[in-house]
Amino acid sequence: MEKQEFKRQLAALLKRNARMANQEMADRLGVSEPVIAATIQEMENDGDIMGYTAIMSAANAQDEVRAIIEIAVQPERNLGFDRVAERLARFPEVVSVYLVSGQYDLRLEVVGKSLQDVASFVSGTLSLQEGVKSTATYFLLKKYKEAGVNFTKETKHERLQIVP
Amino acid sequence: MSDCKSSLDGRVAKHISVLPKSGIREFFDIVANMKEVISLGIGEPDFVTPWRIREAAIHALDSGFTSYTSNLGDPRLRKCISNYVQDKFHAEYDPVSQILVTVGVSEALDIALRAILNPGDEVLYHEPCYVSYAPSVRMCHAVPIPVQTYEKHDFVLQVEDLEAAVTPRTRVLLLNYPNNPTGAGLTFEDKKKLADFAIRHDLIVITDEIYEELSYIPRSQTIASLPGMADRTILLNGLSKAHAMTGFRLGYACGPHDLIDAMMKIHQYCMLCASSIAQAAALEALQSADKEKDAMRMEYEQRRNVIVKGFNEMGLHTFMPRGAFYVFPNITSTGMNSMQFAKTLLSEKHVAVVPGTAFGECGEGFVRCSYATGMSEIEEALRRIRSFIGK
Repeated sequence: MEKQEFKRQLAALLKRNARMANQEMADRLGVSEPVIAATIQEMENDGDIMGYTAIMSAANAQDEVRAIIEIAVQPERNLGFDRVAERLARFPEVVSVYLVSGQYDLRLEVVGKSLQDVASFVSGTLSLQEGVKSTATYFLLKKYKEAGVNFTKETKHERLQIVP
Repeated sequence: MSDCKSSLDGRVAKHISVLPKSGIREFFDIVANMKEVISLGIGEPDFVTPWRIREAAIHALDSGFTSYTSNLGDPRLRKCISNYVQDKFHAEYDPVSQILVTVGVSEALDIALRAILNPGDEVLYHEPCYVSYAPSVRMCHAVPIPVQTYEKHDFVLQVEDLEAAVTPRTRVLLLNYPNNPTGAGLTFEDKKKLADFAIRHDLIVITDEIYEELSYIPRSQTIASLPGMADRTILLNGLSKAHAMTGFRLGYACGPHDLIDAMMKIHQYCMLCASSIAQAAALEALQSADKEKDAMRMEYEQRRNVIVKGFNEMGLHTFMPRGAFYVFPNITSTGMNSMQFAKTLLSEKHVAVVPGTAFGECGEGFVRCSYATGMSEIEEALRRIRSFIGK
């Protein structure tokens, strides 16, 4: 298999289940375990893989409130949106930052201890940042699907045990 | 009741009463009465039909698309099949006169044989093969002539063996590659040799390519589109396997107009048309579900790698399948025959596999294991089989 295609298939396995054992990935892709370990290491070093996380079913864990924040930004000459986005990303309350097309520019996910906590972070910190023109805040109420994982499971139907 | 018996004797047609029940049937009854079985005996996808396809079926119901369609099948679907077959299999068929939508490939095969065969005609086909081939031929009062295929040839039908079996009564060569149960597949060279054989003996080829889109070797054009083959080949395919739509019962036949027209006559009297809802779902599947189909194919391929490695490591030599979702390990080293192996494995370790003999006598020494089941079940099954054979 060509290297690029191999990496693509490996990435697909990791994105589906980053905890899959290296040996299983090796068996699935028909290579040895050390090849998997080395390739993952290489992808981490190259920055293709930036990290691993868990998908939790609850929108808001105990003592935790999440919100999506849309932000309109004044872009800067030569820098575009990068400087503002990178500065916003440094706040630990901000768990994701995307530049998006459409009505607004940056889409953030913010986490706080309470509604109050998130609201004061947005009004007292985010909206005061240089280049931030306006914000709109949407509190997360319930999760149905995340990272390709559907939280509503299909009904299991019994298959015939033997089918020719 | 016993005094009525004599009058009841012979009320089943002779050619039906002598048909054996599917070899798989006996085994099925045993499995059905057991609990906690891991089954590698299931010849259908473990994936539920992709949502967009189900949604199209629901929409068909919602919008009242619930009448008969044209006998041949909804014209939009036939047009779509024509484009699809050209795109994926490199064969051209006129959607108006050369394509028939059927209730699965099973129906398509049955009516193809009925359209072609006169009593006493002979049909060459390879064994191991799907369980319906010989009975379908017998139901036409014709004669099934099995030709063995061998592990040493990667279960590819050899022309020398065909030459030894062909007679002046031979009318049809029936092919199923990628193959259930062996996972064998044909290379382009293999197809050319078989096509030459068919032309040399003026045979009609029925090629059941239901697993073609679950191929793990580079794809080549269908045998139906090789030079001299279009007019003598009926190509059968369907949505059951690659699109995970077994319960929809939707297949199709493509071929020369005279044969499709003859098949249509049988189809219109015995079936009328395939389910309109299934046809609507099939239209969506062929038009828009490539991504879902490819993702399932990729998962099967990876499971294949795992299960083949597992069997070979425990000393059961296993041919690397070129397609479908079956492996066919050679179990002769255990000293058991196929049925003993399958029955003992089931009773001792609660793992169901299908004895190779269900697919023809030459399946002796092998068992069929389907990898259309989750990876964790496959790994647990491999563990149990390893402990069963004491490795």
